[in-house]
Amino acid sequence: MRTQPPALPRFYWTCVRERKCCAVTILTQVLNGLQLGSIYALVALGYTMVYGIILLLNFAHGDIIMVGAYISWIVMSQLGLNPVLAIVLSIVGCAGLGVLIDKVAYQPLREAPRMSLLITAIGVSYFLENGAQLVFGADAKVVPEYFDLPSMSVGGVSLSANAIITIVVTAISTIVLTILVQKTKLGKAMRAVSEDMGAARLMGINVNNTISFTFAVGSVLAGIGAVLYSMAYSQATPTMGIMLGTKAFVAAVLGGIGSIPGAVIGGLLVGFAEVFVSAIGLSVWQDAVVFLLLIIVLVVRPTGILGRPMTEKV
Amino acid sequence: MAMLSVSDLAVSYGAIKAVKGISFDIDEGEIVTLIGANGAGKSTTLNTIAGLIKPDSGSIKFSGEELVGIKPHKIVARGLALCPEGRRVFTHMTVSENLDMGGYTRTDAENKETLELVYEHFPRLKERMNQVAGTLSGGEQQMLAMGRALMSRPKLLMLDEPSMGLAPILVDEIFEIIQALNKNGTTILLVEQNANMALKVAARGYVLETGKIVKTGTGAELLVDDDVRKAYLGG
Ligand SMILES: Nc1ncnc2c1ncn2[C@@H]1O[C@H](COP(=O)(O)OP(=O)(O)OP(=O)(O)O)[C@@H](O)[C@H]1O
Ligand SMILES: [Mg+2]
Repeated sequence: MRTQPPALPRFYWTCVRERKCCAVTILTQVLNGLQLGSIYALVALGYTMVYGIILLLNFAHGDIIMVGAYISWIVMSQLGLNPVLAIVLSIVGCAGLGVLIDKVAYQPLREAPRMSLLITAIGVSYFLENGAQLVFGADAKVVPEYFDLPSMSVGGVSLSANAIITIVVTAISTIVLTILVQKTKLGKAMRAVSEDMGAARLMGINVNNTISFTFAVGSVLAGIGAVLYSMAYSQATPTMGIMLGTKAFVAAVLGGIGSIPGAVIGGLLVGFAEVFVSAIGLSVWQDAVVFLLLIIVLVVRPTGILGRPMTEKV
Repeated sequence: MAMLSVSDLAVSYGAIKAVKGISFDIDEGEIVTLIGANGAGKSTTLNTIAGLIKPDSGSIKFSGEELVGIKPHKIVARGLALCPEGRRVFTHMTVSENLDMGGYTRTDAENKETLELVYEHFPRLKERMNQVAGTLSGGEQQMLAMGRALMSRPKLLMLDEPSMGLAPILVDEIFEIIQALNKNGTTILLVEQNANMALKVAARGYVLETGKIVKTGTGAELLVDDDVRKAYLGG
């Protein structure tokens, strides 16, 4: 069991110093990038959906993941219950928390200026972080492995089962989300509300419920992200949502905030950038490179990779 | 009993009083028009009836039931639809998705039926079913906005300046459709700057001036009224 984020394989040493650069190491790194990128993508999807519908940068989104990780810890470590139950409760708990935050903190501010909403989101974020610190303490809690998964070995290459599960779950979640938004009645209502709230009301759409539903969907993704993150890093801390949330936010902006495929592309880009930088031995630059990437994209293409021009409300 | 009966309705935006105690009613099967200059309070009146704005005072009775205080999505479900000023179609969604949204309060089976009816009135929408609404011409967008409002099967349809920004030939077409809808049993409350056309199709009209109703009569009466002619019909 790990208590620290796993050290990435020392690509730099084997590949550059010892000149043993081989397909296997590259494949492993690609898998690492995809795994990390998938988690960012799931979290970025939550940011992008909430921004798309009420133009709110929901700063509390990362902290919802933190709560999800603690739920897994409580269920497995404290109560000694089934890991499947831990997964379900983490996801359901995140969804419930997301909706609760919307109803209690954001819904009363629907007609208020966007700045009030933004400041409220920051407040909710602090509330969750400090609340968690009060309840659980500042030290890291170890989230047990959900399942005892062996590494798979394919043609001499050992593939981490966690990585593969993460990638597959993210791919499925993205497809399901796309179908939900594009094809279902509720999904269409979400798009209608995001484009013109007043006109949506005139259609008979219950705007508040549609927004709450959006929070629920984004938070389910956060819950899935919490489980996948706990699988990779096995720990929960009150502040874990900050960096994760910030990077996923960068991913959402990179891809073009409001865009679902954009969030996935942005998430994968951020994941790859981080893995690449630490693979060449520059892991101290791991966080900086993410923000560098953001600055470059914002200078070259301010709306992000798949974003619409800012004159339109997404 | 009137289908819609508005009494002493007053609406303000902050300190600005936009509607200052107006009363009017609409009987089933009528086309009634509300005419008036820019800023007279026409859109404010319609938006308030639709539930988008809360009035300061007054009452709005629809089929005898009070609408003030009821959420807009519930008002639509009761059979009162507003086709808003400036069309406000969902530009990123396709024509058929826009129409789906119009039928949000109805069942799929009902929508399938209504859709046929809407396409009958607006064959051009059927041809452009899968086109993204933002790429439609202004006239087509207006037709979509009207079709979308019809999808909720309204007993009373409120139209806010349906002819705005359209070429004369399209204006004629829109007014023909309004009359056809009315013949098919839809009661219509029409707000227009094109007072001439509106008064010609309307059974009755109300003239709104800076938030107050200053005149009322049949369409024919108002068309020949000196004050109305001077103010709204260009002589
Ligand atoms: N959202 C708003 N905030 C503040 N004032 C408003 C708002 N909407 C309308 N008003 C004011 O209320 C008054 C009535 O406006 P309204 O839109 O109802 O007029 P109208 O008769 O529909 O005009 P038009 O023919 O130009 O559409 C105007 O003085 C307008 O400036
Ligand atoms: Mg108006």
